[in-house]
Amino acid sequence: MSTPQNRAAGSVLSIRGLEVAVEDKTILRGVDLTVRSGETHAIMGPNGSGKSTLAYSVAGHPKYTVTGGTVTLDGEDVLAMTVDERARAGLFLAMQYPVEVPGVSVSNFLRSAATAVRGEAPKLRLWVKEQKEAMARLEMDPAFAERSVNEGFSGGEKKRHEILQLELLKPKIAILDETDSGLDVDALRVVSEGVNRVRESGESGVLLITHYTRILRYIEPDFVHVFIGGRIVEQGGKELADELEANGYAKYGAAAEPAGKSLPMGPVVPGAVTTA
Amino acid sequence: MASKIADVIATERTALKETGGVTDGSIATNVKPLTPRSPADVRPERITSRDPDAFPAVTGREEEWRFTPVDRLRVLLDGAPSDARLQEKTELPEGVSLREVGSDDPLLATVPDPVDRLSALAMRNADGAVVISIPADAQVTAPVLVDLRGTGQAEVIWGHVVIEVGRHAKATVVFEHGGDARYAACVSVLVGDGAHLDLVSVQEWDSTAVHSQHTAIRVGRDARVRGIDVTLGGDVVRLVKTVEYAGPGGDAELLGLYFADVGQHLEHRLFVDHAAPSCRSRVTYKGALQGDSARTVWVGDVLIRAAATGTDTYELNRNLLLTPEARADSVPNLEIETGEILGAGHASATGRFDDEQLFYLQARGIPADEARRMVVRGFFADVINEIGIASLEERLLAAVEAELERTKL
Ligand SMILES: Nc1ncnc2c1ncn2[C@@H]1O[C@H](COP(=O)(O)OP(=O)(O)OP(=O)(O)O)[C@@H](O)[C@H]1O
Ligand SMILES: [Mg+2]
Repeated sequence: MSTPQNRAAGSVLSIRGLEVAVEDKTILRGVDLTVRSGETHAIMGPNGSGKSTLAYSVAGHPKYTVTGGTVTLDGEDVLAMTVDERARAGLFLAMQYPVEVPGVSVSNFLRSAATAVRGEAPKLRLWVKEQKEAMARLEMDPAFAERSVNEGFSGGEKKRHEILQLELLKPKIAILDETDSGLDVDALRVVSEGVNRVRESGESGVLLITHYTRILRYIEPDFVHVFIGGRIVEQGGKELADELEANGYAKYGAAAEPAGKSLPMGPVVPGAVTTA
Repeated sequence: MASKIADVIATERTALKETGGVTDGSIATNVKPLTPRSPADVRPERITSRDPDAFPAVTGREEEWRFTPVDRLRVLLDGAPSDARLQEKTELPEGVSLREVGSDDPLLATVPDPVDRLSALAMRNADGAVVISIPADAQVTAPVLVDLRGTGQAEVIWGHVVIEVGRHAKATVVFEHGGDARYAACVSVLVGDGAHLDLVSVQEWDSTAVHSQHTAIRVGRDARVRGIDVTLGGDVVRLVKTVEYAGPGGDAELLGLYFADVGQHLEHRLFVDHAAPSCRSRVTYKGALQGDSARTVWVGDVLIRAAATGTDTYELNRNLLLTPEARADSVPNLEIETGEILGAGHASATGRFDDEQLFYLQARGIPADEARRMVVRGFFADVINEIGIASLEERLLAAVEAELERTKL
């Protein structure tokens, strides 16, 4: 695998043979994937194929049971870590559906997170400035700082808030789960620029889960993976995304629908999908 | 329209029964006709009396006692007289006076009557009262502090406190309860026309204390009262608060925060009696429960009588179960005898601690115990922010923090 980006920064997320079940139902059936800092990977696949399951499993959501395989970050066993340890080790998950936390202000939340991840509380004055500037770059109204986390945020506002955290926490590896869905063109641009700033640092690897190629026009992936039935069935460069957009997943035996079209949100039973 | 209200009430009642206490609802404004309710919904006429025997003996089956562990209140319910007192420490800002009066003092004849057997026993056995007076027109900025401390369970303790706020006066009165005691009290609050009283009662008892109290608030014409209950400590705490309006334009805002841990029973019962026109009431109570057999009860009754046109009322209770064994009962009840109101509604919900919130905070590196504390603090934040007395807000936040530390989330 050649990578155009600088590999020296040197973080590696390594997923090997990952098998995951939810409530006794097997969802992931042996996922192999390596993401290095400086690289951008896109994962595309039909609804219900297990993309979010992969993201949540790496982040450590208690609902998902790992039944096989390994996940390491720079050689450390991620699966042995608690959720917060994983985040402090340098993993970040921008969620498909960010959670509302009533009564906890965005500024309190961000500062607590930055304190935890950086290992010490940022100096208050510098922090206020840092937060303000980061919000301005994402074209977020400063008033958001005093609102409760995600409460009453529009879909697009929630996604900006996720990217705000990404920029402030500067993880080694970031998994972005459908950060692009539900965004209008302006929001998509703003959010993509945020992701690109993080990429340009060369210190973060990005795993972008998406249904649509339109975000890939802003955030150009180095690798594209086709995800079906709980595993990666094909990999390629960014040209693979265009092919998926045109032809959908039909050739992989999945319920055929071009990836670029609006997809139903209902679950697709992965067991019903035959992989190539 | 009439049936609509009845429907809403009926739906909510069903919802309450089915889900064990989760309902959300509000009732439309400016509804015209009276709403005949099914007989099952109509509560028996409320008894008020100074005579304990006017109330039936307490068995625990009565509507107002059915949630209470009456055995743990038995020594108080037995009603034996006692001269024991809580240790009192008071801070009286200039202009505020305190005196003791005998049971024959004419002032005591004017205070609202007790509403249950135990409050009637308390008023009788207290045999007189401590009277705190804020003279008319006084603008008292420093809080009146009343620190009441128990030193043991050797004797039951009866108490009666009267707070008189003169016309157009403004004051804040803070009661703090601590130590160990078996204490039953009446607190009579007479708020003069146009006056403004903030009345805070903090219960930070030792874990063995038993406290039962009836706080009766009479709101004068155009007067404003804010009652704030903060109940954290005690074995059994049962606080009844009633509000009546002496004239139009009164405003009562009742806020509460409680945190029950292992073995505690914390009960708050509110009754707002809208009998005068154009009065307003807001009830907002929030509770958290943690640990085996932690138990809370919230009963919010609002009655809008036929004469109370232009009433504006809303009550809300939310409970957060931090552990599955805890149990919160939440019973809102709204009776409306006139359609000519501005608004009336209620919401009640009891929910488990949301693991998704915990996951979200942890996924940002925040350790689990700190994340849980953030969520609980966040849950209480709106009640605490409502208080609007900065020094008190800080104290309460600190008390909640201490409680969270103690219960080791
Ligand atoms: N709690 C659960 N119980 C049962 N099945 C579940 C549960 N959570 C997820 N699943 C199932 O796991 C499968 C994979 O879901 P996942 O959310 O990972 O898919 P996805 O690829 O992210 O889909 P989408 O494109 O719609 O976001 C689906 O069939 C889903 O129904
Ligand atoms: Mg998904």
